[in-house]
Amino acid sequence: MQLALFSIFSLLMLAFALGVILLRNPVSCAMSLVMSFVALAAIFVTLDAYFISVVQVLVYAGAVMVLFLFIIMLLDLREEKRRRVRLSAWVGGGIIVGGFLSALTQVISALPALNVVKPAVSQPMANDVALVGFALFRNFNLPFQIIGVLLLVATVGVVLLSKKELK
Amino acid sequence: MPTLAHYLIVSGLLFAIGLGGVLLRRNILIIFMGLELMLNAANLSLVAFSRFNLLADGMPNYNGQVLVFFIITVAAAEVAVGLAIIVALFRAKQTTHVEDLNTLKF
Repeated sequence: MQLALFSIFSLLMLAFALGVILLRNPVSCAMSLVMSFVALAAIFVTLDAYFISVVQVLVYAGAVMVLFLFIIMLLDLREEKRRRVRLSAWVGGGIIVGGFLSALTQVISALPALNVVKPAVSQPMANDVALVGFALFRNFNLPFQIIGVLLLVATVGVVLLSKKELK
Repeated sequence: MPTLAHYLIVSGLLFAIGLGGVLLRRNILIIFMGLELMLNAANLSLVAFSRFNLLADGMPNYNGQVLVFFIITVAAAEVAVGLAIIVALFRAKQTTHVEDLNTLKF
């Protein structure tokens, strides 16, 4: 059952990810990206990471993609005109991606330690959010504060970048 | 039951698709979406490692999930800044096609 769910959502996620890089209309690309993120959130559920899964839907499929669609509408992007396909770019890209995939499969098949079934947890995972919170606010309190500063810097930077002219 | 290798292979395939999008597409917004796909592939392998590596008390290692939380936060900030730069670029050049942006080309 778990394997069936995992396979269905993996295939959905990879198919919509292919849609992102193959479709010509930017709005269709953004919509496929949303579906790909939602399928990835479902895969997180099969890994018992409920909090991360909810954050994935809220932040990525919600906030980030709304921003993307907003910018696509703002720039009024139309369907891309067909330009001359550059053979060298496709050959180079294909070689890099193929080399990465073959190296990855070699590493994974060379490590039998990766062939393990998911071990059972000692307690039910109902309090997943509390456990993530304990890790976040005890062991990672300083990085958590720093990430707040990072968000502030990003906000100020975006406001500055969006001004019509800098004085 | 899916094994750790299954999750890593799916994550690698997602990363390869994102990398292919960054290398092959010419629209700067689609290149940005390829970057998001690559970040998500990294998140998937981190969560998989977190769930398969149980601690001594038999619970998952939550350090991986905290790292994913940080990655999602940084990615949101990155999208905001990147899209602001793209809008500024579009104002200056009226294009999002990377081959028309060759001012820095030698």
